[in-house]
This record gives sequence, structure tokens and C-alpha cells, in this order.
Amino acid sequence: MINRLFTLLIWGLASCVLFAFGWLMVDVLVQGVPMLSLDFLTSDPIRSGRAGGIYPIIVSTFLILGVALTIVLPIGLGSAIWLCEFSNKDSKIVSTIRLSLDVLAGVPSIVFGLFGYAFFCGFLELGFSILSGGLTLACMMLPILIRTTEAGLAAVPNEWRRAGAALGLSRTTLLWRVLIPYAAPAITAGLLLSIGRATAETAALIFTSGYVDRMPESLADSGRSLAVHIYDLSMNVVGGDKAAYGSALVLIMFIVSINLLANALSESWMQKRVSRQ
Amino acid sequence: MKQTPKISNTYTLGSVEQGAECCEPIPHFSIRDLAVSYNQKTVLSNVSLDVYKGCITALIGPSGCGKSSFLSTLNRLSDMVPGAKVTGTIEFEGQSTLANNYDVESLRTKVGMIFQNPNPFPLTIRKNLELPLRERGIKKKSVLESKITSALKEVGLWDEVKDRLNVSALSLSGGQQQRLCIARALVLEPSVLLMDEPCSALDPISSGVVEDMIRRLAGRYTIIIVTHNLAQARRLANYAAFFWMKERVGKLIEFGQCQPLFESPQHSLTAAYVSGERG
Amino acid sequence: MTQSAGLLIQLSHIKKRGVDDWLCLFLSGLMGLTVLLLLLIVAFLILEAWPAIHGDGWRQFLRSDGWYPLEGKLGLLPMFWASIAVGVGALLVALPFGLGSAVFIAYYAPKVIGKPFAGVITLLAGVPSVVFGLWGLTELVPLVNQWHPPGASLFTAIIVLAIMILPTISLTSYSALLALPTQLQLNSAALALSKKTMVVGVLIPAAWRGITVGVLLAIARALGETLAVLMVAGNVVQMPTGLFEPVRVLTANIALEMAYATDNHRAALFASGLMLMFVVFLIALGASKLSKKEMSPI
Repeated sequence: MINRLFTLLIWGLASCVLFAFGWLMVDVLVQGVPMLSLDFLTSDPIRSGRAGGIYPIIVSTFLILGVALTIVLPIGLGSAIWLCEFSNKDSKIVSTIRLSLDVLAGVPSIVFGLFGYAFFCGFLELGFSILSGGLTLACMMLPILIRTTEAGLAAVPNEWRRAGAALGLSRTTLLWRVLIPYAAPAITAGLLLSIGRATAETAALIFTSGYVDRMPESLADSGRSLAVHIYDLSMNVVGGDKAAYGSALVLIMFIVSINLLANALSESWMQKRVSRQ
Repeated sequence: MKQTPKISNTYTLGSVEQGAECCEPIPHFSIRDLAVSYNQKTVLSNVSLDVYKGCITALIGPSGCGKSSFLSTLNRLSDMVPGAKVTGTIEFEGQSTLANNYDVESLRTKVGMIFQNPNPFPLTIRKNLELPLRERGIKKKSVLESKITSALKEVGLWDEVKDRLNVSALSLSGGQQQRLCIARALVLEPSVLLMDEPCSALDPISSGVVEDMIRRLAGRYTIIIVTHNLAQARRLANYAAFFWMKERVGKLIEFGQCQPLFESPQHSLTAAYVSGERG
Repeated sequence: MTQSAGLLIQLSHIKKRGVDDWLCLFLSGLMGLTVLLLLLIVAFLILEAWPAIHGDGWRQFLRSDGWYPLEGKLGLLPMFWASIAVGVGALLVALPFGLGSAVFIAYYAPKVIGKPFAGVITLLAGVPSVVFGLWGLTELVPLVNQWHPPGASLFTAIIVLAIMILPTISLTSYSALLALPTQLQLNSAALALSKKTMVVGVLIPAAWRGITVGVLLAIARALGETLAVLMVAGNVVQMPTGLFEPVRVLTANIALEMAYATDNHRAALFASGLMLMFVVFLIALGASKLSKKEMSPI
């Protein structure tokens, strides 16, 4: 009897979760889909976004992401490779670095926003700009990217490192020819996930890349990201809800496809690893 | 030239002087007072022996007695283990390999190693063999091709894979993978092959094929093989070294020609082990 | 091997060794940049917060006469307690649902349902917080308003945040359950335990470490969430006394006032950011201690 009730409880809890998800999704779809059109994606916003489209906002979003990736890719991948392949894992410094990265990965995005506002906008005098926003996002993505890349490399079987060393291969060759190609899907999946998180980010961008909804002329110009656009439409623009849902749908579609891609990649990688044994 | 290893009281010297029938007893590796420790914990100590050129030397003994640790000091793969420390001397081709400024990478091209689990890289068969050659600056297509072909023929894999050199090495069977790994070591034209239980992860038939191949390689290469399979050691080896744990530290108990060591061991532990009473 | 080939090997060898050293140097340079950035972030936050916290300065945050930055009254306590209330509340709501759905996927759902359901949870984890905020603002707030005005309140914030952190709890609990040895299930079955007893009495306790790590991560996310909470909580600075009263949390406070804050006010906002960071540090420390223990055999 109790067993029966418990089964019922578990099914009940799960259906509640499904219900909440369904509500959210249906809401976004019902209100968002009517907004969606080629025109919406390719025209400028009119009257603070109540009408018109989101073209400059999409451009700004990608510009901010581009800046962030340009910075975070070399530093993040390089740091991860060093941590996994060259560092002495037992040393105190390395474990402190790891812990700091874990902490940083959990730091609220608004705190990154504070830092970016004070440092990039203020101290470096970049002002509210795509550059400031991108750099702030880079700081936010860095720990996530390092940790996922490192995990991908660490999952490469150690026997190949030993085999490489026994053949007198340099570590550079081994990394470039064997380890990185093998870990590439996992590294890409980690990268995609951090891109997803960065695209969803709002709090870190409000005070760094700014609010302006026109087309940015350069990287030093202010630009509004999609997530910030949704926030602004729903909070500050009366009658902006429809456009907000349209933008939300675009944002979700982008992030979901990135996440699906990441999942497919890491799943195929897992299969590759299993079939190797 | 005959040379008698320094006799130390920690191990019994079997009949070395006569030399096994297939090879002259010229030392290729001379190991003296070798000890290995991991994070200050000694796992192997007081090992002194000579490895003779062109012979097969089998390292036997129960697991955990330091055979593999010993093997990995010979190509300094022990460098890769964090916290590992090797003391004593190893002389190889007249040079002390444990010296700090010794060229480890060239040592490793002269001393190839085969591991327990076949570990071809996740690349094509061809790339697996090309990689170590390219690393040595050999880029010419024809040279690469001929070296790859002869290595594959040497391990008897050529007929099985010549039509599919461009498929992933991981698609081969376990035994084929292991022979590919041996071929990968052979392309560098080493003079020594270290084998760490090369057959123990294979099925009996593949194991037999690999074993036959090792026998064919004897004479041209100095082979040092760790094995748990006493019958295999007896079939293959010219010399045998018996290791045993004493007070949690691996020791060399007895070293000598294979047949006498198995048939009339000098040490009671060896006798007990080879007769199957202990270990 | 011929002499020239030997020489060739020697030469290429020297070149390669150089490559390795250069690569290591280059990579450690990049690592150095990362470390520098980490230090820079912390140092800059401290520097900016310094005017408000040096000496006895931090005491002003504890004063009870409220948050009136223009009059120099910088009592952070109402917002601190609001953050705690929202975070703990969301956790209490999310925990049964998150754990329940993990158990559902792991042991109760038929395969055809389990896999898509897990997909739904993963999808939910990827929904941007601002979309949760939008949904809460346009759907949930009016609904709660009909029931208990004004609608934008502690309660609404808790619900929205609970849905947001649910995937974190669910996914980490699920992988902790999945990592359990199948032996446990076989043993339980051999003892003729009922499924409920097996799940509640054996499997969940056995996976508690992993589940706790998930809960800790969820708390960190809940305390750090800014916009979704800002959009539905009402943002009135007051002690959280009733479930349906509007509140303002620490993160929302930063987001709302940063644009115009100056001097001591600004420093106070940085100080609250620093405080959030410190809390996250403690949580991450706990999580890493827990997961490290999990890996080593008992």
C-alpha cells in the first residue's frame, strides 16, 4: 500500500515538473510564434522595441559573443591544456588554482557585471561598449571553459601518453596528433555549453555593454544583447511583452540548438569511448 | 667478452657464465644497485643484473613485486610517474641513462616498449606507424612507405592489413592491435624491446601468435619481457630474473639462464615459485 | 642505422625538444594570464568596496534603520534576509521535485518516457533566466495578484527560482543515483525489500554525497540569480515577514542601483557583491570537499 502511494508520489512529482515546463514552453510558443517572421529578424526596433524587429540586437549579441570568444578561447584552452598535461598535479599551487576556478565558475553573474563595470568601463575607460560587455563575458566563461576542456583531456586514456613517451614522441606532437583530436568533441561540447550560458546572460551585460538598441557602429559602441532586450522590454517598456516573447523565442531556439549540438557531440564521444574498450 | 655481474648477497646468481645457446653474453644493459621509490616509499631495491645482447630475458614473480617498475626504469618511463625516484646506475651502450642530462627521447627511440593492453593511437593504421617516424624528421613518402611495410611484415600483420592501412587502428582485433603496437615500436629500429606482459590481455590464440613473433624477433633485438605465465617464460626466455616481495619491498631473488633457473633453482623461494607452491 | 640517419635524428630531436619547452612556456603564460585575471577580479572588487568596509565600516551594513543610500543609511540586513528567504524557500520547493524526478528517471519511468523526460530537464536547464523572469512577470505575477495582491512577492520569486534550480538538483542527483553499483539493487531485491524501501532506505542514502553536491550548487545558483528574481519579487526593501510581501534581494539591489550609485553607496554595492562571492566560495569549498571524498575509496 505504502509502496503504491510512493510510486504515485514519484509520478506526481514528475508530472508537476513536466507541467511547469509545459506551461513555460507553451506560453513562450503561443506568444512568441506569431511575432516570428523574417521581417522581425531583419528590421530595426521601433518605439523602444514595441514594434519593428531585433536585427541590431542580434548583431550586437553576436559581436559581444565574438569579442568574448576571441579572448576566452586561447586563454581558456591554453590554461586547460597546461593544467591537464604540463602541471604537477600534486602541487599546492595547482590545486589552489583549481579551487579558485571552481569558485569563479559559481560566482553570480551580477558580480562579474560589477567587476566589468568598474574595471573595463571605468578603469580602462572603455565605457558602455560591446568591448566591455564581451570582455566581461569572457571573464565569466573562462572558468567554465577551462574546467570542461580539462575534463575532456583528462578523460583521454593515459595509456596513449605512455605509449607516446615510450616512442620518444614530444608532448607537442602527442597533444596535437592524438590527445586533442580525440578529446575534440568533448572540448567542443564544453565550448558550446559556455557559449549557451554566455548568450543567456543578462545581469553581467546591463552595466557593461549597455542599453542602446540601434545598430552598433564599432566595438567601442554600446550594443544591446538579446537577453538584455527581453529584460528591458518586459520591465521598462509598457506594451513590449509581445516583442519580448518573440525575442525570447529566438533566444531559446538559439540556445536549445547549441545545447542539443553539445549533447549530441558528447554522446557520440561517450559511445566512441565505450566502443574502444 | 664475458663479464660477471657483481655478486651481491641479496640475490643468488645462477649459471650465467656459459651463455645461452643463441647469444653471446655481452651486456646491453648493466644495472647496479637499482632502487625505485614512489613518494619516499621504496617498492624495489638492490637490483643488480646484466641484460645480454640479443637474448630474451624474462622477469618473473608474483604481481606487485616491482617487475613493471623495474622495466619502466630502463626507458625512463618512470619519469612520468609523479613522485617516482630511481637510484643506482643503469648503463646502456656505455652511458649512464639515469644521469640528468641524458637524452631521454633518443633513449626511448632505441629502447621500444610494448604494454600489457594494446594501445594503438586512435588514428589509422598507417598514421600510427608514421607518427614516430615523422617525429624523427623522416618525411619522404617512399622511405615512410618502405619502413612501414617492413615493420608490418616483421610482425606478420602485413597480409592481414595491407588493403586497409587507412582504417582506424582501433577496428583491429586485440591480437592485431598488439602486433601493430610492436610494429610501431619497430619502425624506429630500436635495439631493445621492453615488453610488459604483452600477451596477458589477449585470447589464447592471439597470445600464441604474438609469442611466436617474439621468438622470431629474438637475436636481432634484446628483449626483456615481464610475464606471469611461467610456461611462456620457459618457452621463450634465455635468461630469467625472479623477483619477490620481502617486507613489502621488491627484490631480485635469483638471476640466471632460464633452463637451470627453472630446473635447479639455487634459492628456495625460486624453487617454491617455479614449482607452483608459492605465489 | 647509418651515421647520417643518426645525425638526422639528433638534429630533429633538438628541434623537437625546443618545441616542447616553448609550448610549455606559452601555455604557462596563458595560465598565468588566467591567474592574473582571477586576482584582478578579487582585488578590484575589494578595492572598490574598500571605502565602505575598512575599519569599522562594515558595521554600517548591520544597522537596523534600513537602506536609504541617499541619506547615508546603508543597512543591508533586509536584503540579506530576503536573499536567504528566497534561496531557502526555492530550495525547499525544488528539492522534492528535483529529487523526485531524478528517482523517476532512474527507477520508475518506463524507457520510452524516461529518456524524453531527462531531455526535458536538460532543456529546462538551458532556458535563460531572463525568460523565466518574463514568464513569471507576465503569467505568474497576475495569477498570484488575483489570489494575494500585489502578486510580485517573496512567494512568486520562490516559485520561479525553484523551477530554475530544479534541473541542477535533478541532474546531479540522477547522475549520483546512476553511479551506484547495481549490486545495491540486487541485494535489496534479494532481501525482498519493497521498491519504496529500496529507494528511500538504500539508494538515496547511498547517493547522498552526490545529491548534496547538487543541492549546494543549486543554493549557489539561487543566491546568485539576479534578473529572474528582480522581475518577480517586487523589489521593496523590507524584512521578509510575509510570504506575499514584496522583497528585494542582494543581487537585485546591485542591478537596480548600480547605474546611479556613487561614493559610499557604490562601495556598499561592491561590498554586497563581495559578500555574495564569499558565500559562493564557502559553498564551492564544501562541494569540492564532498566530491573529492566521493572519489576516494572509503
